[in-house]
Amino acid sequence: MKARSAGAAAAAAVLLLSGCGGQDEVPTLTWYINPDDGGQEALAEKCTEEADGAYRIQTSLLPMDAPAQREQLARRLAAGDSSLDIMSIDPPFIPELATPGFLAPVPEDVAERTTEDTLEGALAGAMWGDELVTVPFWANTQLLWYRESVVEEAGLDMDEPVTWDEIMDVAAEQDKYLGVQGIRAESMTVWVNALVESQDESILVDPSASADELETNLDSEAGARAASIMSRIGQEGLGGPGVASMDENQSMLLFQRENGSFMVNWPFVWPATLGAADEGSIDADIPDDIGWTLYPRVDADTPTAPPLGGINLGVGAESEHPELAYEAIECIVTPENQAEYFVTNGNPPSSESAFDDPTVEEEFPMADVIRESLDMAAPRPQTPFYNEISESIQGRFTPLSGVDEDTTPARTDSYIMEVLRGERLL
Amino acid sequence: MTATAESTRKQRRSSKKPRRSDRTKAEIRLGWLLAGPAFFVMLAVTAYPIAQATFDSLFSFRLTAPDERSFVFLDNYILLFSDGLFWRIFGVTLLITVVTVAVELVLGFALALVMHRALKSLRGALRTAILVPYGIITVVSAFAWYYMFDINSGFVNNWFSWVPGIDSDLDWFSNFGTAITVIMASEIWKTTPFIALLLLAGLAQVPDELVEAARVDGATKVQQFTRVIIPNMKAAIMVAVLFRALDAFRIFDNVFIMTGGDANTEVLALLAYRQSISRLEIGLGSAVSVVLFICVLLLCLLAVKGFRVDLASGTDSSGGKKQGGK
Repeated sequence: MKARSAGAAAAAAVLLLSGCGGQDEVPTLTWYINPDDGGQEALAEKCTEEADGAYRIQTSLLPMDAPAQREQLARRLAAGDSSLDIMSIDPPFIPELATPGFLAPVPEDVAERTTEDTLEGALAGAMWGDELVTVPFWANTQLLWYRESVVEEAGLDMDEPVTWDEIMDVAAEQDKYLGVQGIRAESMTVWVNALVESQDESILVDPSASADELETNLDSEAGARAASIMSRIGQEGLGGPGVASMDENQSMLLFQRENGSFMVNWPFVWPATLGAADEGSIDADIPDDIGWTLYPRVDADTPTAPPLGGINLGVGAESEHPELAYEAIECIVTPENQAEYFVTNGNPPSSESAFDDPTVEEEFPMADVIRESLDMAAPRPQTPFYNEISESIQGRFTPLSGVDEDTTPARTDSYIMEVLRGERLL
Repeated sequence: MTATAESTRKQRRSSKKPRRSDRTKAEIRLGWLLAGPAFFVMLAVTAYPIAQATFDSLFSFRLTAPDERSFVFLDNYILLFSDGLFWRIFGVTLLITVVTVAVELVLGFALALVMHRALKSLRGALRTAILVPYGIITVVSAFAWYYMFDINSGFVNNWFSWVPGIDSDLDWFSNFGTAITVIMASEIWKTTPFIALLLLAGLAQVPDELVEAARVDGATKVQQFTRVIIPNMKAAIMVAVLFRALDAFRIFDNVFIMTGGDANTEVLALLAYRQSISRLEIGLGSAVSVVLFICVLLLCLLAVKGFRVDLASGTDSSGGKKQGGK
């Protein structure tokens, strides 16, 4: 009796072991993805199949907004979590994760192969200290969207570069609203940075400086000019009555309404607007009335520097399979996959050749403008202290109606410095 | 010496009631067996984190710069107490606590009286109905209130446009007055039922004979209420006020969801969250948490001293009677 039960136990153990062993032979890579329309999940499956048993990619979902994604990744990385094989990282947070050595170095050959035809803006966002620390996956940029009817009435030539002053004048004349993001959130830093960069200036004096020496450059002509644009929109109510809680989605809804005129926003608005028109929640002819061009200029003579967003892929330093992870990343970011991801999920590629895919042009008639915009786009301040800088800017530049070109930039500068030196609370 | 005293006492007790001593001992042992594990678990999950946070608060430590951790002693606290922002946030937290608890107490009393006096037959159903807001998860109710008042998706501006000061262009969450009003209203809506129930239990404890006697002595309704009923339910009031004050002082969800601290509505718990979670400044964040903890302790002490009620004996009716008799 005893012998029999012992035998059964042994058999069960063998079965269990072989069951586990069978799975263990294929290393599992965990890919922490930001929420999307299922595109990353599909890519994970596709690359798992292509790997043919070399590895298996499973996805794990990160929180909705970028700062919350950063919080989770940073906490896990700091705790030495070995499950962070592949991570979808928002570019502004890369320096903070790269500086303490939380990211496994990108092998040179992988770096070479994955950045062969990466658009310039997207590549800049993947670098830290002249070194590629993440692999560009998809890149995002804001365009200027406009209502053809409004432009026509104003007699504005949209084939020529337009300036913020022009669109503000048109909105004021026609008593319409501008779609801008006035909410106290990451989008505010995106906007301030684009306004400063469009004047060929940067918010940071020296990005590589330490916390005690880091300085921002908002108290300058460029900072004042940026503040004056935002303050005019706030004070004249050009952003609509709800501008203080206007995020990307809300400004799209505002733009779709009758009093919409211009809007700066990411390309997701195009499929979203088409979908809304299909569903009947907005007028069916609204999509026909929508045009697009490059992000507005600040000075008529200086080229624009549109906002840059997107997602790069990094590998955790504590990952047990860094080589396999980079192998998987190479599979994920092929131009074909980027093109497919763009068409299915609306997130533009970082690779130039992905734009040549015929399906891209079909689904996104503005793909050419996006490509051009990505080449001109400028990243947000690249520093390990981006979060402090961003939150300070968000706090000081909201509400828009309270922005004063004479005081706001200088106060933001000194506040950021005090916070970084540990003299003030954030 | 104590050992001998103990043994003589034991002997005395055992000579008088030998069985009971064994039982007491067994009961004590059983008590430890039953409560001991919970006691140690509580130590592990509360005392240890508190000690760790207190220790961490003496360091300058950023999660993304693990090598730069340094001992700064009380610098984090000095930074807190010397920054006007901290005092403003402290003031806002205090304002929310005082206003919500006061309003909830008045409303809760009214509800409790209605349930106690007027609608005895419906009490069971009413009690359940009244508890619904309290049963809703705070985050969910915060979202509900947020969407109600939000200028882009809310219906309040539309429905109440006849009220002076409210029109379709009113952005409730963009300035302090309106934002804090909505936050406090949602807090009050959600937790008044809790206070009402506690007070109802207190009301039920007041012996009818006392009220009757007061009436016979010629006390007016108001006198009956202020001289007989309220003193007799002091313990219940204290429990209600104490619980709610502690809860209100630690308010987080409503502010986090509705404004995220915009329009100067930031509260202490949110400040702690932003320092330790958003900024990953573990040292500074721990310091805020420790300060918050000390504030809550002080609040506790204040309430217990202020009401002069011994909770352990004050919650039963005899305690209540004694209090009332004084």
